[in-house]
Amino acid sequence: MTGYKPSYFNVFLTFARNSLVRDMSFRTNFILQCISTISWTVMNIGFYLIVFQYTDSIGKETGWGRDEFFVFLATTWIINSLVQTFFMPNAQQFSELIRSGNLDFALLKPIDTQFAISFPRVDWAALSNLLMGIILLGYSLFQLTTKPENPLILDWRAILMYPFYIVCGTVIMYSVMIILASTSVWLGRNQTLYNFWFYITNFSRYPMEIYKVGWGMALWVFFTFLVPVLLVVNIPARIMARPLSTMNSQMWQLAGFAIFATLACLFISRRIFVRALKSYRSASS
Amino acid sequence: MATAISSQRHTGSRIKTWWTILKISLEERFVYRGDFALGTLMRFLPIITQIFLWYAIFEASGKNRIEAYTANGVVAYYMLTMISRAFSSMPGLCSGITLLVRDGEIKKYLIQPIDLLGFLLITRIAHKLCYYAIALIPFAFVFYLCRGFFESGWPDVQVLCAYFLSLILGFLLGFFIEASLGLVSFWFLEVTSLIFVYNLLNFFLSGHMFPLDLLPVWASEFVSLLPFQYLAYYPAAIFLGTIPPDQIWQGLAVEACWLVIFIIIARVMLNRGIHRYSGFGG
Repeated sequence: MTGYKPSYFNVFLTFARNSLVRDMSFRTNFILQCISTISWTVMNIGFYLIVFQYTDSIGKETGWGRDEFFVFLATTWIINSLVQTFFMPNAQQFSELIRSGNLDFALLKPIDTQFAISFPRVDWAALSNLLMGIILLGYSLFQLTTKPENPLILDWRAILMYPFYIVCGTVIMYSVMIILASTSVWLGRNQTLYNFWFYITNFSRYPMEIYKVGWGMALWVFFTFLVPVLLVVNIPARIMARPLSTMNSQMWQLAGFAIFATLACLFISRRIFVRALKSYRSASS
Repeated sequence: MATAISSQRHTGSRIKTWWTILKISLEERFVYRGDFALGTLMRFLPIITQIFLWYAIFEASGKNRIEAYTANGVVAYYMLTMISRAFSSMPGLCSGITLLVRDGEIKKYLIQPIDLLGFLLITRIAHKLCYYAIALIPFAFVFYLCRGFFESGWPDVQVLCAYFLSLILGFLLGFFIEASLGLVSFWFLEVTSLIFVYNLLNFFLSGHMFPLDLLPVWASEFVSLLPFQYLAYYPAAIFLGTIPPDQIWQGLAVEACWLVIFIIIARVMLNRGIHRYSGFGG
């Protein structure tokens, strides 16, 4: 037994393949899921198109004009679709495993338990959102770079940093989700997991500048430094949508802090997960 | 004479049956009151982001009003749609009917002298009554905190009556639309994606996502022809006075027509569906 090291990557590939096989056995359902996901994104665009009929930007002098904001929106979709494809179905399953006592089986497997519960199900249909995100990103970047006055010049540093911060954002979201899912060990069952998740991540969906008025400052501090969901979309979107030369020092500091926040979130969520496993008492038997 | 008495007894026992169903469902619901109250309070969290978003939009637009709304008016609108939705949303109704059909539990209603739609309606009323009893505290708390957003204060009595009527009609309309949707499962066993599409359309077209008056004219004219607006937008618009008082009753009449249409659809579907249905085993 000693010295046995499972190949995490190959196990993940098997998980992904199994899920794909499963999705493909209900093909009509899969296609319908894709269509409904896509119609949701279309509605979202519809809403913001209506908003931008009445205003030129979200917030005064924040720089989030229509096309810049669509870069923001695309980033939100990309990160959300990654979370929904890889983590959401598993986190929901996790609280069910605890309630039913089936977590025993995951604990017995010769592989890290957090890995074993984080990845077994891949929701391939949710990737259609990623596609929509990339299309919207491409379209709005095209608009920004070809507009007659002040066209955006794409910076190679921005192009490198964007995917990096997308990964950071996804990791922060994953950590928040694992922490929320772990609480079901103590609560017995956490049915409102998805609701809670939605309410917290709801704050990440808009440019952080809108919170910086009055008592919104408190929210801004809370969701930037304590539960850093505001950094998730804001940092990559800001880097991509506007020239790096116009980025102020506070934003650069936040971008640096985001890396620290990612590592901290991952570390804390791991600690909470391990502690939750220690408190786990199997059901029945 | 004898038949009159027996029919009287019949009605009497029937009311007693419905009353018992109502009582049982109420007790069932009150078990989770703590979770309920907390869940309701949390449901207001997204309003916070809406407040900041709309203030940012108004600030950047440099206008005091967008169509009929001030910045405060938009927030008031979103809060009122929460009340509309508390009446018109039917969580679990559609999927519940689907399960009844798929698992064959529907046989129970075919054998017992209880009407399926009537039973579901009564349990739903119990569910809602219980919900309001518990949700009243968090709702009152949040609305008291946010009273400043309601710039024109309380509407007059007549409008208020129309408002309550629109809420009750909205509840019934929501019930019969979703019941009809659930009854589709007599024909197709899997209707999850249908429910999803309905919820999506509902979110957008009922005015839950944004005030429907903000749509371009052609689109808002089209949307006003559909029944969805009565599930969220219409009650809120009555309360805020966006709808001129002389047109309120006309709108409610149209809503009543939609309700009758969906009652008939649900009835016909149930009758047809039962004829199609075949149950096996015990």
